Amino acid sequence: MSASLLLALPELILSIGAILLMLAAAWGGDGSSRGITLAAVALLVVAGAVALIAPGGHGDGFGGLYRADAFSDFAKLLIYAATAVALLIAPNYFERNGEMRAEYPVLILFSAVGMGMMVSALDLLTLYVGLELQSLAAYVLASFTRRDTRAAEAGLKYFVLGALASGILLYGISLLYGFSGTTSYGGVAQAMGGEFSAGLLFGIVFVLAGLAFKISAVPFHMWTPDVYEGAPTPVTAFFASAPKVAAMGLLVRVAVEAMGPAYDAWRQIIIFTALASIVLGAVAAIGQTSMKRLLAYSSINNVGFALIGLAAGTEAGVAATMTYMAVYIVMTLGAFLCILQMRDADGNLREGIADLSGLARTRPMLAGALMMFMFSLAGIPPLFGFWPKFLVFDAATRAGLFPLAVAGAVGSVVGAYYYLKIVKTMYFDEPAPAFAPSESPLEGGLIAVTAALISPFGYLAIPVLGGISLAAAHALF
Amino acid sequence: MIQTIAFYLFAILVIAAGALTVTARNPVHSVLWLILAFFNAAGLMLLVGAEFIAMLLVIVYVGAVAVLFLFVVMMLDIDFAELRAGFARYLPFGLMVAAVLLAEMIFAVGAWQAGGLALTQRAGPAPSDLPNIHAMGALLYTRYLYVFEAAGLVLLVAMIGAIVLTHRGRAGTRSQNITRQNMRRPEDAVRNVNQPVGEGVEL
Repeated sequence: MSASLLLALPELILSIGAILLMLAAAWGGDGSSRGITLAAVALLVVAGAVALIAPGGHGDGFGGLYRADAFSDFAKLLIYAATAVALLIAPNYFERNGEMRAEYPVLILFSAVGMGMMVSALDLLTLYVGLELQSLAAYVLASFTRRDTRAAEAGLKYFVLGALASGILLYGISLLYGFSGTTSYGGVAQAMGGEFSAGLLFGIVFVLAGLAFKISAVPFHMWTPDVYEGAPTPVTAFFASAPKVAAMGLLVRVAVEAMGPAYDAWRQIIIFTALASIVLGAVAAIGQTSMKRLLAYSSINNVGFALIGLAAGTEAGVAATMTYMAVYIVMTLGAFLCILQMRDADGNLREGIADLSGLARTRPMLAGALMMFMFSLAGIPPLFGFWPKFLVFDAATRAGLFPLAVAGAVGSVVGAYYYLKIVKTMYFDEPAPAFAPSESPLEGGLIAVTAALISPFGYLAIPVLGGISLAAAHALF
Repeated sequence: MIQTIAFYLFAILVIAAGALTVTARNPVHSVLWLILAFFNAAGLMLLVGAEFIAMLLVIVYVGAVAVLFLFVVMMLDIDFAELRAGFARYLPFGLMVAAVLLAEMIFAVGAWQAGGLALTQRAGPAPSDLPNIHAMGALLYTRYLYVFEAAGLVLLVAMIGAIVLTHRGRAGTRSQNITRQNMRRPEDAVRNVNQPVGEGVEL
């Protein structure tokens, strides 16, 4: 038991820390929320360091419910980093209208515990409970500014559709359990390696449908634009980064470890969702006028590219998917950090693309950073966003999925249009009223860091990032 | 034999009641169909030898959850006069449902006494020498401890979420401040007055 506890040390630290912080929040009141936020970030740093050092080593714990390996370590590092950023940007945003409450960091921490469980799950039960822990906290966070009707709508929509997706996922899990007689990934894989029944096939379809909802892949993406638009911007930044990595990690592990022998059965489903996400994410984003909605479609589009790596089904493909998610969260967080700077002279938030007009003349640095994020999301070569796209296409062609790679590349060209439109608005349109100067050096610093990571200097990180991704993928096969 | 008949009876009724839950136009009827579905699910659990879960379904789901649903549904805008109008007309139908439930109970107990269904594939075969609830407790607190604790966290998050979304400090409420009450001395609160006869009391 103590070996298991040592394996799950990151989750233990976070959950005990979150409970203690909740007590601090109850006594300290909302005035203590800044301190609690910093303490929560410190906890995430500690948990990340523990995941990196792995004092308990790698292996299975709790009778095969939990696994710590290179894959879960890598995914947890990404998740904790993105969560920490979502925590750091929150106080400034919420305090402006007196909405900051001490429960925000606590809920985010519980969500991080759930995400850690998701990427470490080795059993369908752990998968479901982790997913539910993450989602339940997310539903509350979506409507955290409850006086805002749009946030309330976003939370309600997210909750109802999320509950539906959980139902679909549970139905799939119960089918897998019924036809394989076990809930552990290994047992399910064994059953799939034997006689492959229609029940197992239905189980795969429903589980994948439930998980596609969580990564907002087409055709289960409908909630994404509404929720991203309605939720407070720091929460949206959180939704677009950490839970995406967690759900993608979960999907990859389930697909490879539990459904690996049925690769032929799920490959076509993944290929379809990947292509549909790329095309719909690119086409539907063109008509958007709100930056947050646009980034929602952009995240749908990017998830499609990441899925191409999984569709390849090889070690290189999974490594490419993980690299993609790592670069994707940097780009997305950077873009959302730029949106947080969009405040007019009275301090009101602006979200429209038109508000960015002529930003290059009023705020050249901000425009430059946003331009880099847009070019990088579009995958234009000198920037680092190109590299993971290249990796997934490379993995797909090596796995013999040449048409998929070509279709993905075409989709990325279509997607480039709306990213470039923003750059054009910033650099060539008549200036709109200037934004208020940024007050937070922290946010400016984070923008600078994220921009530096996705700049051509990011290519220096390829040996490290590629090495970790390959080790992570190797742990699954 | 009786087990197989009972199984098909329960299984068909679960599905039928589930379908009627979805299709019923009247939300109150929907909840009632849901209760019927829970009852039949409990019967199925009894058949496979999970008596504890069967009782749990009846007590928790039928007793608490469904009644809670009913309360919520009652808050919807429903014309209850219209609902009550057909009492005599629906009486035979109601009696029929009651008779079905009674027959089911007899069937379930009969099948249970006859030994229940023997499942061909079981992930965790129930130990024969342990009562149901012991076996489940042993699993919950050993093999599934991790998931059990995580489920506790889920409930904690649900509680925090409900408070975050609904609690607000309203101005003007008079809440009790116990420290202030205890700090109060008799000198602050009590006043001795020598009240003259025939005059009004000054408050």
